[in-house]
Amino acid sequence: MRYSALQILRQGLTGNRGWKPVWREPEPKPHYDIVIVGGGGHGLATAYYLAARHGLTNVAVLEKGWLGSGNVGRNTTIVRSNYLLPGNEPFYELSMKLWEGLEQDLNYNAMVSQRGIINLYHSDGQRDAAARRGNAMILAGADAVLLDREAVRKKCPFLDFDNERFPIMGGLWQPRGGTVRHDAVAWGYARGADRQGVDLIQNCEVTGFDIRSGVCRGVETARGTIGADRVAVCVAGSSGRVMGYAGLRLPIESHVLQAFVSEGLKPAIPGVLTFGAGHFYISQSDKGGLVFGGDIDGYNSYAQRGNLPALEHVCEGGMALMPMIGRARVLRIWGGLVDMSMDGSPFIDRTPIDGLFFNGGWNYGGFKATPASGYCYAHLIATGAPHPVAAEMRLDRFERGAPIDERGAGAQPNLH
Amino acid sequence: MLIDHPLLGPRDEAEFVILGDAGLIDRPDWQAEDAAQLFHDYLHLRDNPAGEHRELWFHEQGDRSWLVVTRNTLTHEIVRVELARDVAIARGRDR
Ligand SMILES: Cc1cc2nc3c(=O)[nH]c(=O)nc-3n(C[C@H](O)[C@H](O)[C@H](O)COP(=O)(O)OP(=O)(O)OC[C@H]3O[C@@H](n4cnc5c(N)ncnc54)[C@H](O)[C@@H]3O)c2cc1C
Repeated sequence: MRYSALQILRQGLTGNRGWKPVWREPEPKPHYDIVIVGGGGHGLATAYYLAARHGLTNVAVLEKGWLGSGNVGRNTTIVRSNYLLPGNEPFYELSMKLWEGLEQDLNYNAMVSQRGIINLYHSDGQRDAAARRGNAMILAGADAVLLDREAVRKKCPFLDFDNERFPIMGGLWQPRGGTVRHDAVAWGYARGADRQGVDLIQNCEVTGFDIRSGVCRGVETARGTIGADRVAVCVAGSSGRVMGYAGLRLPIESHVLQAFVSEGLKPAIPGVLTFGAGHFYISQSDKGGLVFGGDIDGYNSYAQRGNLPALEHVCEGGMALMPMIGRARVLRIWGGLVDMSMDGSPFIDRTPIDGLFFNGGWNYGGFKATPASGYCYAHLIATGAPHPVAAEMRLDRFERGAPIDERGAGAQPNLH
Repeated sequence: MLIDHPLLGPRDEAEFVILGDAGLIDRPDWQAEDAAQLFHDYLHLRDNPAGEHRELWFHEQGDRSWLVVTRNTLTHEIVRVELARDVAIARGRDR
């Protein structure tokens, strides 16, 4: 069913009895051309673009829980393309362009809201770094505006501009950045893939691979063996665990990142604000809740929950940036599994095992990448060649001395 | 999380920083034939287990000793804490 204003009117006049489930619940077939492991944003987007751009529809997405039960439904919904390095920025800008056309493409309201994002700076050195980053963004076709202190004050008068430790000198503004309703992204891609014939199979955990003579021929699952010519893993925080079934060790550690939401408040925060120096970022949801977070807890974890020191640190960051937040009450806290890589950048690559592909290492920032990740992964799986904007996102880049290290922190995941 | 320091007793995790997998104690031989490959693996590849994980913690806000903490990554339960020095010596390093 195509969604439209007319459809709402028609359904409304007939008692809303005509709405159909958004996707089918098929039984798994014994064999597919392509099996995608993981029904998060990236897995569902990959399935959608395989069908929509490459005409490949004998495809299944196997999801351990329910669609969108992972980080795609746990993140703080920020999208932006404000990276510095040539290995990253064109990829994230492709993602931003795909976000801009996503709702029309999918015929689904994902509440894409380009409300802008400001990264604050607090010293001459940080201002110069922000200017350099802005120029790198513009070179890759993105948008960037360097704001001085007064320009930031005009947008956000409530900030503590004269903080003793980190006085605010200005910010790098990307007007096209913003937020997107995270669940709707999973649902929209799921519906789009299902409508083209892709089987979405929930409650189907992958527990092993059928690898013979170095060739992957399918997967073992909670619902039996499923054969496939190509298997594409896309399990984000579970990457180490799942690729371990194929005997591969990855340049990835799984960590926990927490997020926080306050009670609903009147509109106060324009767009997204990041306070990197204080490890804090914030936006306000359409329902009015302040959505905020900070750094990862720092230790390996598969628990999907964090500890109190990280909470305390984030709240201190919030108080330092905008003391008015002290009056708001936190309503909800949760954690998600993040796949932290050795240079803070992701992988979209084939593996040493023929027919087995890998997508992961998204760190704390893979939501914004969802469209481009699906687009480029589908390209790799369908054509056998990496998409040009993802060509540096290879698993062997450390061996070649070609990491994509935005922060310059070296091979320690909890510093990225 | 409370880390039961072998010398100081239970201490809050906030006093520590974590480096990562305790396998980092086993630095490869730089004179080995395949040293480049060994160092690549040592620096970049991880077992990343879901379950018991041995890891290096540094008591930065305390006595500045390095510890090997065995912790369950599924539950955050800490099952064993040793001085990294003792672990390193037991593995054949001189300190
Ligand atoms: C608190 C928090 C805040 C974040 N904020 C942002 C943000 O503001 N902006 C941003 O860009 N990014 C953000 N991120 C990161 C972003 O959410 C992730 O990088 C991204 O969602 C990962 O891709 P995904 O959607 O495919 O992952 P997931 O949704 O986690 O998908 C992976 C799926 O694989 C499934 N799976 C795992 N193992 C198996 C198995 N054995 N068999 C079958 N299926 C399996 C899981 O159940 C899961 O559904 C945040 C993350 C967290 C935790």
